[in-house]
Amino acid sequence: MTPDHAHQKAGGGGEGTLPQAWGGPSYELRSSPEGDGGLLEISMGPQHPSTHGVFRMDVVLDGERVVKLKPVFGYLHRNHEKIGEGTTYLGSMPYTDRLDYFCSLTNNWAYALAVEKLAGLEAPERAQYIRVITAELTRLQNHACLGGFLLQDMGASGTPLMYAFREREKILDLFESLTGARMMCNYMRFGGCRCDLPPGWLEQARTVVAEFPKFLDEFESLLNGNEILMSRTQGVGVLPRDLAINASITGPVLRASGVNYDIRKAEPYGIYDRFQFRVPLGDHGDVYDRYMMRVLEMRESIKILEQAMAAIPGGPIMDPKAKIRGFRPKAGEAYGRIEGPKGELGFYLISDGSPNPCRYRVRPPSFINLTVLEDMCLGHHVADVVVILGSVDIVLGEVDR
Amino acid sequence: METLEQIKARAEAAVPGAILGILLNSSPSAQHSLVVDNEHALAVAGFLRDDPQLRLDYLSNATGVDWLDREVKESNITRQVVDGVERDIEVTSVRVVPGYLEAVYHLYSMELRHGPVILRLRTGNRSDLVQIPSLTPLWRGAEFQEREIYDLYGIQFTGHPDLRRILMWDGFEDHPMRKDYVDPDDFEYEPTPHDEVLERAARHYPTTK
Repeated sequence: MTPDHAHQKAGGGGEGTLPQAWGGPSYELRSSPEGDGGLLEISMGPQHPSTHGVFRMDVVLDGERVVKLKPVFGYLHRNHEKIGEGTTYLGSMPYTDRLDYFCSLTNNWAYALAVEKLAGLEAPERAQYIRVITAELTRLQNHACLGGFLLQDMGASGTPLMYAFREREKILDLFESLTGARMMCNYMRFGGCRCDLPPGWLEQARTVVAEFPKFLDEFESLLNGNEILMSRTQGVGVLPRDLAINASITGPVLRASGVNYDIRKAEPYGIYDRFQFRVPLGDHGDVYDRYMMRVLEMRESIKILEQAMAAIPGGPIMDPKAKIRGFRPKAGEAYGRIEGPKGELGFYLISDGSPNPCRYRVRPPSFINLTVLEDMCLGHHVADVVVILGSVDIVLGEVDR
Repeated sequence: METLEQIKARAEAAVPGAILGILLNSSPSAQHSLVVDNEHALAVAGFLRDDPQLRLDYLSNATGVDWLDREVKESNITRQVVDGVERDIEVTSVRVVPGYLEAVYHLYSMELRHGPVILRLRTGNRSDLVQIPSLTPLWRGAEFQEREIYDLYGIQFTGHPDLRRILMWDGFEDHPMRKDYVDPDDFEYEPTPHDEVLERAARHYPTTK
């Protein structure tokens, strides 16, 4: 069956005139293979250590090759959105930390941004700078860990991961002294931030950021040209450009396929239009490019951090219009989105004028990036599935919500 | 980007018979949306994706919303003769506006870097007329999100290639994001020797004691 036929089946007939932007996969593969001559159906996960949490893949194998792969999730599902509808706007803020528990500060920012759009608030200058600094620090530690986990998945037990965790620890110390928590920061508020920077924090942060390139040099010289890394990742899990766009892939995975789309540039939120930085792009769309995107993005984040820490002004950190108690935005709706470390993180809120949102929706990047997992894995070995999954960078707290 | 009125006019010209409405959003975000009739939704969405001035090639977010039946109170003042005297009498009547489920799509353009254009598709009611066309044939990115809407809201997407539950387990029957959803009280209860729990278990499984 050609991909065109597969599309017509997939599209349920229709007019049959709408062009298809991606070439595969053939949905026929998804129906169960009855006369399974030598095909082996295995369930990878949910307790498999390489699946980064409770995530399962139903894999059909022909020998060592993947012929079908269906992701199965929901093991951590607690209906975050329903809980969000049952609590006040501010009550959901600490709970957003638990979505992508590596990046609580960017989760906070995305939620605060959506509510600010809904209620017409704007964070003052100093709070905007603090937001940029904390978000970019979050990006640094997320990408560093991704590199470590990816290598761990390839069998480089421990060493790269521990190097990454050593750096992450320094950043988490900064978060702890700022917010009181290492991971569940619950720091941002609608119209600003919860508390100002403690004395000496900026100097400490400057030291961490100044030392970070040394770690990157070490990490890159250890890995970039490593023969095992290159042979395990180059040409593996290729994601074509058109499919990436059509399947709503975002973040470093999208840019590794050569699509120049970073929300910090395309629709600058906060004060990102003030900083000079570049958007790294890949041209193969394979696992190696996705790894390199993270490394290059860390270098760009350092540039943003240096500029932000040099220019941060004094002043208030909360919008005076913002109300903490009795916060009731007028009826209406808003969709706010940011470029999170894993991709576009959006919050869609509908208000009916009551203290609780009428609809509270999270647009989770790692959930949607899994759409193409099957397309990337078809034809590869089982061991490559692990690496491809690692390069997508998922966190199950966000996938399952 | 063009205004929503211009997009609406061009879409109606490009897709004969399509009925589009503009839903205004009074919040400061001013993100207004287009309401599309189900019959022409796929063609209108195809126009939005392929039109050279719009090129909305990126479906960012797809989500469901549940709108319950609403009671609207209407009062009319009529002149009636009561006890031989003509008086203004206020008659209040309650009209029920039927509820519906709604799928909301946020479209952006990666190529031209604009957006969002918000599309809304509505079902006939909340019980049996819950079919709306799937946009997955146009944007693959809707695949998992529409599955999630089906799972949590119960909207049936016609033309979706693989419409199964995604977050809840396969044997689950209800749709937990609906506003009138009530938690069952027997979720994986291990009857323990507490009276309350035993009572609850007995209510649920009257045959086993």
